[in-house]
Amino acid sequence: MSNSESKNSNTTTIKENKTNSTSKVEELQNQKGRKTVLMQGNEAVAYGALDAGCNFFAGYPITPSTEIAEILAAELPKRGGVFVQMEDELGSICAIIGASLAGAKALTATSGPGFSLMQEGIGFARSTETPCVVVDVQRVGPSTGMPTSCAQGDIQQSRWGTHGDSPAIVLYPDSVKESYELTIRAINLSEKYRTCVILLLDEVLGHMREAVRLPDISNVRVISRIKPTVPPHWYKHYEDNEKYPFPLASFGEGYRFHVTGLTHDALGFPTNKPNEAAEMMARLKKKITYNIRDLVQIESFQMDDAKIAVFAAGITARSAKAAVVMARKEGIPAGLLRPLTIWPFPDDAVRKMLRNVDIVIVPELNQGQLVREIERLVKDRSDSKLIKIQRVDSKLIPPQDILQKIKEGM
Amino acid sequence: MPAIPQKIIHEYLRHDKKFPHVWCAGCSNGIVLGSIIRAIAGMNLSRNDIVMVSGIGCSSRMPVYVDFNTLHTLHGRAIAFATGIKLHKPHLKVIVVTGDGDCAAIGGNHLIHAARRNIDLSVIMLNNNIYGMTGGQVSPTTPYEAYATTAPYGNIEPDFDVCKLAIGAGATYVARTTAFHTQETQNMVKEAIEHPGFALIEVICACPVIYGRLNKKGGAPEMMKEMRDNSIPLSAVDKLPPEKVQGKIIRGVLHKDIRPEYCAQYAELMKKAQAQGGSK
Repeated sequence: MSNSESKNSNTTTIKENKTNSTSKVEELQNQKGRKTVLMQGNEAVAYGALDAGCNFFAGYPITPSTEIAEILAAELPKRGGVFVQMEDELGSICAIIGASLAGAKALTATSGPGFSLMQEGIGFARSTETPCVVVDVQRVGPSTGMPTSCAQGDIQQSRWGTHGDSPAIVLYPDSVKESYELTIRAINLSEKYRTCVILLLDEVLGHMREAVRLPDISNVRVISRIKPTVPPHWYKHYEDNEKYPFPLASFGEGYRFHVTGLTHDALGFPTNKPNEAAEMMARLKKKITYNIRDLVQIESFQMDDAKIAVFAAGITARSAKAAVVMARKEGIPAGLLRPLTIWPFPDDAVRKMLRNVDIVIVPELNQGQLVREIERLVKDRSDSKLIKIQRVDSKLIPPQDILQKIKEGM
Repeated sequence: MPAIPQKIIHEYLRHDKKFPHVWCAGCSNGIVLGSIIRAIAGMNLSRNDIVMVSGIGCSSRMPVYVDFNTLHTLHGRAIAFATGIKLHKPHLKVIVVTGDGDCAAIGGNHLIHAARRNIDLSVIMLNNNIYGMTGGQVSPTTPYEAYATTAPYGNIEPDFDVCKLAIGAGATYVARTTAFHTQETQNMVKEAIEHPGFALIEVICACPVIYGRLNKKGGAPEMMKEMRDNSIPLSAVDKLPPEKVQGKIIRGVLHKDIRPEYCAQYAELMKKAQAQGGSK
């Protein structure tokens, strides 16, 4: 996609979208103006948002996401953007949707309990096809859980948390640098596909500091919605199309369109007609399924000759990668698959990459959320074995635990 | 009431798209919509600069019928959506149309905080004392001892005075009227839109089909007469003996003051932040 979205890593990054697969590491390192600094994941999200052109943030304090709000409270007014601390998370998600309808690039950040409260609004944004981004820095649940401890319990909620069928785009970084990159990508994708994009972060990543050199702003590729040029009486806010982005009007620009969370027709007016309902639902689904190559990013590490694959996302993939390195040192043909986009789930890519693998290990910080998808993909294969590693006591899975399973698998 | 040519009404309604409307015969919502349109028609505002936002309920169906920028949101959240719109584009006139359940029950938190911020929104709360859309459940403004489908033995909760609540929370323009008083409603809507701060108008409305039936209020004409006979203007309150004021709907501008508006405050904050230096 952009320079900023490329992967700074000494591993091979295979992205489904071949045009984006070139590494921009050298370019990033040669850039002038921005120094290498020690930065938290939450800080990286805030600076990513600013670099992507975010000019509206509404939020409510919640650990472990609050630093994002604090930084944007200081930075947005300097750049002519709006920061508002709302009365709750219900108000936060609604305010960013309202601002986006008026033309803003809008973002909010929260954690488990607040993410639950935002679900109705997330569904509204998906139904009304309004661009916005929700950052969920996951913490231990259920309920209030352990606010300063790590868990990956919102993986399925980020897909299915709101009621009704709706498309979901959810990105999941594993490093501070990538938190910056995927925040930009989340905002770009929300503008392009006009939907609510979710960025999942792990508590440890939100608070962990790593040395990061942000790219020069001129090297960040930013996508913004295109304005319609048709006369107002021709404009359809929900025209069926196959090409994204397509023109999107904002309030106050002369188009005077209607937006409702009710099932709506092409003009946005509520409808009870089955054919119009079917059209709307088909459009929501198609924008994901027809653009899967653009949406999906997956990192493949040492997978070429791997017989054992570890499938992990977020912070757990860091442990998994260390385990793979240790296994390789012992001559074990292990590899790592790491989805940067977890929803839509990269079915075809993962199926293809697991074709020659005998054992798949899925470590995760929950009671089995990511593994459901792998089970679905390998259920017809009698020649492969699935090993689960699940931890929900607020601690990370150490590389040794994964290495041990790799060895047991052999 | 000054005559407004039919064509002005047509200019502001999406008459070729979304009619007939969903409201029952005898409902006050259409009358209030008429007052809102007449107020706006008399104000020399561009339709492009008006945003009408609503929540969920009978009155919240209003935006679909008017030719403005219109947004029909989630139950209780209209003011939060409106806050986002207004903050991003402060030059827009943002009107929130809401009901008693939408505004004072599920949306109560947004109401009080928007009032506290004194953000320039014009909130028009159509109070029909009941949840009409879902068939007649008790609302925070259902009078004590009145009947509703979820208060079949009479309501044991005291009802909310939403105007007092808004004044207490910091709203800078608060008025009450009834759907019977169309000219008064029209004047108040105009004042609310012109007022530089958070404005709330409570319009007492009749729901003859549900509230009226459950509480034996007669039909729509009887309920209109009750609005006329059971309400007194604020200016008359001091001149009347207390027993004649007891139990009456007090109409009029109940509170008006000027204090810094939120978007203006935010603009000042931006200047201050920018004066203090660039980004990190």
